[in-house]
Amino acid sequence: MSRLIRMDQTGHTVLAHWSPDDLAGTEAARAALQAELDRGYLAVASEPDGSATAVRELPLDSELVILRRPIAGG
Amino acid sequence: MGDLAAAGSLPAAGSLAAAGSLPGAGELPELANVHWRERVSEASLRRADRTWTLSIVAHEVPFLVTAVVLPLLAPVLAIVSVFALGFAWTIPALYAARGAGVLRPQRRRAQTDAGAETRALGFLGDLVGHDVRELVTRTGLAVERGAFGVWVVGPAGALLVRPGGRRVQCYCVRVAGGELPAADRVAHLLLALRADESGFATVANLTWSGACWRLRRHLSASAREGLAAGMAMAREHPRG
Repeated sequence: MSRLIRMDQTGHTVLAHWSPDDLAGTEAARAALQAELDRGYLAVASEPDGSATAVRELPLDSELVILRRPIAGG
Repeated sequence: MGDLAAAGSLPAAGSLAAAGSLPGAGELPELANVHWRERVSEASLRRADRTWTLSIVAHEVPFLVTAVVLPLLAPVLAIVSVFALGFAWTIPALYAARGAGVLRPQRRRAQTDAGAETRALGFLGDLVGHDVRELVTRTGLAVERGAFGVWVVGPAGALLVRPGGRRVQCYCVRVAGGELPAADRVAHLLLALRADESGFATVANLTWSGACWRLRRHLSASAREGLAAGMAMAREHPRG
């Protein structure tokens, strides 16, 4: 089961679960991701090997998609 | 405009895209905010290292020459030499202290509760490997090997220990939103770093580059432990 997680002031919040064969869950995850992207969050697909990829759409085969805030030089 | 843009100081994804040429797939969207900067590469990092070394030499040489020459002209001027040597030591130390500021411990914000900090620390621990998890728990810092060296990531900045473990660069970089737990800030920076290391170094501000020993003197105990871990990993991959 894949997860969409938002890093926020609570530590983190799980926004959606989905699996490739769960159409309703996938659609809900897509909608949740789009809503957070519209709010200014950025999405990263995090892989178990420690790699990560910036994404703009829900990658169905990723186990973990994390929403983060933008960064900037301090 | 997004909620984050409305609430904080950083732009929303939409305005990031509008700010300039949109970065390609897989690149950090934040690059659009610094489109005038040359993308960081190994060559540009080496150039930055050389520039910082030349800058320090340019600061030191006049004081050292003064310290040597004045007593030769008149022994009574030896007292001036002592001051010149003091300046020669202090000025590079002040620059190093500025670099060390990127890992300075931050006071916990009033709106951040201890439960959120614990949850964020657990999440960060899940993101890193088993070998780094203990370091994260002890120090709150994450160590990550990259193409440019080994990164020691804190809540408001990162150190890049260059291959060989003798030289380090300090980067100041922040996350929008004052209420985020410190471990969440580290996770934000770690994910951005993993997604696009060159983009991360381009977005961040380089505040200092120099010898690890010079930086170490100005770090807190936990940051020293993080730097030591980064140096140990960097020594495994000497400069090519």
